[in-house]
Amino acid sequence: MNKLEKRIETAKKKWETLDEGNKEPVIYVGAASCGRAAGALDLIAGINNFINENNIKARVVEVGCIGPCYLEPLVDIRFPGQPRVSYNNVTVKTLPMILKSHLMEGVPHAKLALGHFGTNTFYDIPRFFDLPMLKPQVRIVLRNCGFIDPEDIDQYLALDGYQGFLKALKASPEDVIGVVRQAGLRGRGGAGFPTFKKWTVCRAAPGEKKYLICNADEGDPGAFMNRSLIESDPHAVLEGMLIAGYAIGAQKGIVYIRAEYPLAIERLKTAIHKMKEYGLLGKNIQGSGFSFDIKIKEGAGAFVCGEETALIGSIEGKRGMPRSRPPFPAISGLFGSPTIINNVETLGTLPNILRNGAEWYSKFGKEGNRGTKTFSLVGKIRRPGLIEVQLGTTLREIIFEIGGGVQKTFKAIQTGGPSGGCLSEEFLDLPVDYESLASAGSIMGSGGLIIMDEDTCIVDVAKYFLDFTQKESCGKCVPCRVGTRHMVEILDRITHGEGNPEDLLALRTLGDTIKKGALCGLGQTAPNPVLTTLRYFRNEYLEHIKDQRCRATVCKDLIEYRVIKEKCTGCQSCVRACPTGAISGPRSEPHNLDVSKCIKCRSCYEICRFDAIAGDAIVIRTAEKRS
Amino acid sequence: MPKKIDAILTQYGRKQDELIPVLQGVQKEYGYISPDSVSMISRYLRISENQIFGVSSFYAQFRFTEPGRHSIKVCLGTACHVQGGATLLDMLERGLAVECGETTPDKRFDLERVACLGCCALSPVVQMDQDIYSRMTVNKLTELLKIYE
Repeated sequence: MNKLEKRIETAKKKWETLDEGNKEPVIYVGAASCGRAAGALDLIAGINNFINENNIKARVVEVGCIGPCYLEPLVDIRFPGQPRVSYNNVTVKTLPMILKSHLMEGVPHAKLALGHFGTNTFYDIPRFFDLPMLKPQVRIVLRNCGFIDPEDIDQYLALDGYQGFLKALKASPEDVIGVVRQAGLRGRGGAGFPTFKKWTVCRAAPGEKKYLICNADEGDPGAFMNRSLIESDPHAVLEGMLIAGYAIGAQKGIVYIRAEYPLAIERLKTAIHKMKEYGLLGKNIQGSGFSFDIKIKEGAGAFVCGEETALIGSIEGKRGMPRSRPPFPAISGLFGSPTIINNVETLGTLPNILRNGAEWYSKFGKEGNRGTKTFSLVGKIRRPGLIEVQLGTTLREIIFEIGGGVQKTFKAIQTGGPSGGCLSEEFLDLPVDYESLASAGSIMGSGGLIIMDEDTCIVDVAKYFLDFTQKESCGKCVPCRVGTRHMVEILDRITHGEGNPEDLLALRTLGDTIKKGALCGLGQTAPNPVLTTLRYFRNEYLEHIKDQRCRATVCKDLIEYRVIKEKCTGCQSCVRACPTGAISGPRSEPHNLDVSKCIKCRSCYEICRFDAIAGDAIVIRTAEKRS
Repeated sequence: MPKKIDAILTQYGRKQDELIPVLQGVQKEYGYISPDSVSMISRYLRISENQIFGVSSFYAQFRFTEPGRHSIKVCLGTACHVQGGATLLDMLERGLAVECGETTPDKRFDLERVACLGCCALSPVVQMDQDIYSRMTVNKLTELLKIYE
């Protein structure tokens, strides 16, 4: 038995007995970026205080994100020999109740518990994976997320980590490519290009030096799948890099990651350090003759660097501008060497395919779209979070079964971020796969799903996306640089109520031209949000233009704030909140709102909405049509 | 001052692909990239100052003026936009009397927008220095600013 095998054996024992038989309970706290934003670090401090004060022997482990972000912060407690119990939306107030009951008395606080991870019934607590948000999901990439300590390689090893890579080492690189081909894995960065095809080209390309790049420059606003995966299970991505590196014959791997993800970078560094210690990185790995090294490069805040050739430019220390292809990076990429760029999720999937076999993986999904895809489900949805479903699941299942429906009335769903499209209600039964989404004018993209309801203005959203791509355009090619800017100007006019009917035709013509003429993916997809909304929400554009009306009461120039005299109790909260003195009136009498002074900052609306006494006395409504 | 920057530079190799890491290292230490730093980097990496400005001005991360004591980053990712992030930015621009990307005259705050902090399920979010505050409202933000002097 070699050193690594011994380590795996110890890791497994350690995982089974939790703490080498010490019988200590373990408290897991979801502390990825999102958990931290919800207050996880305060809870950890609170737990440590509680343990010290009451002299309890217990271990606190920071885990990653398990997915249901709306339930954050999550605290799990596990006693050896008992299933792990998860508590949701824990606050400084409920924490002592949970700890007292579960830790001190040994009885789970069933009322505050969310679910348990056992197989049988446990008190009156439902099974975690039977919860409505979790049940329809298939967790392959996310299998360890929120479950293991991302900084402990032993926990990853205990759950069959690195088995896929070790299996790959025993096969030839060509066989590994064959397995990935048979599994039907397609690039999860959005374009859906078959992974094995890229690899085959790179493997066959002449050149001593080859590079493998992990694209973790997750720039799409509204998407956080890659951040979550790296923060919660960094070894899965790194193992995937080893497999891909072995298959294409690369000696060097680079993780190109956004600087905005400091925690993810930290976790990667820790993980790489551990891999070296365990002999999973470096020269002649596990005596196989395969040598591989992984480096981290931090991005510097440019959306366009998610594009392959721009990303390469950025690593080389240049301005991150795309260049025309061919030659494709698989033949001539980083420093002129053959280079493969794979997305975080593609790489995170590989260990599972290699470990369980192509046949197992191809059971998920549908013909031509095998496997699963992770999505970040956000916006006006009841249960926002990180999810993983089989390809071919319908939008309706995702929104209404997993997401629990929309806060108000469903209006649209945006897939694929700024490069994707806005789909209306009639597409709810569309299966989520690469081809179906493309046929509706949208794209799969990296996996952001943004739900919009009646309070979202479609024109404003289209303007938002285009404004984003316009600002991020690198300026190299004219269609993207000038075209997107012109489109933003038109949309800006429309949202100010100054549009004219010809604008819609101009938008479409411009959009089509940019799509055809732009150099890289950023420009070619930039008009999608406008073109799809023009197609499916034309009426809303017309309302803005003809009636100067914004039905969602979003466009500032087309709305006004009013006090409903019958509801106003004269509590003066809004008078104090108003920064411009637009609201006046004596106490206990309905207030006056001077529209000419109002800057529509929302302070009064918020105060009134949350005030139990008056409640909704201030409303935002569409303004009268201008004469 | 030049001594200190030497200490930073020698941690890196002297090839062009080290330029961005070098700029990141310098900015981490000084908070911004000064003209002096640029000329030192230029000598160290043996590339022109022009080229360094060309690269550094391309990326949103690099700044060329001294930062304030606290940084405010308003997230304007899609989820935050849909949930009212732009209203928060408006309010800050008005309240602090600066435009996005500027520093208040008393050097108390830097105001910036970011494309996405990846906490979309808790939107809208605002980052103050290293801390992310979730589900922000105009009134919560007004109170929050008072903590940071």
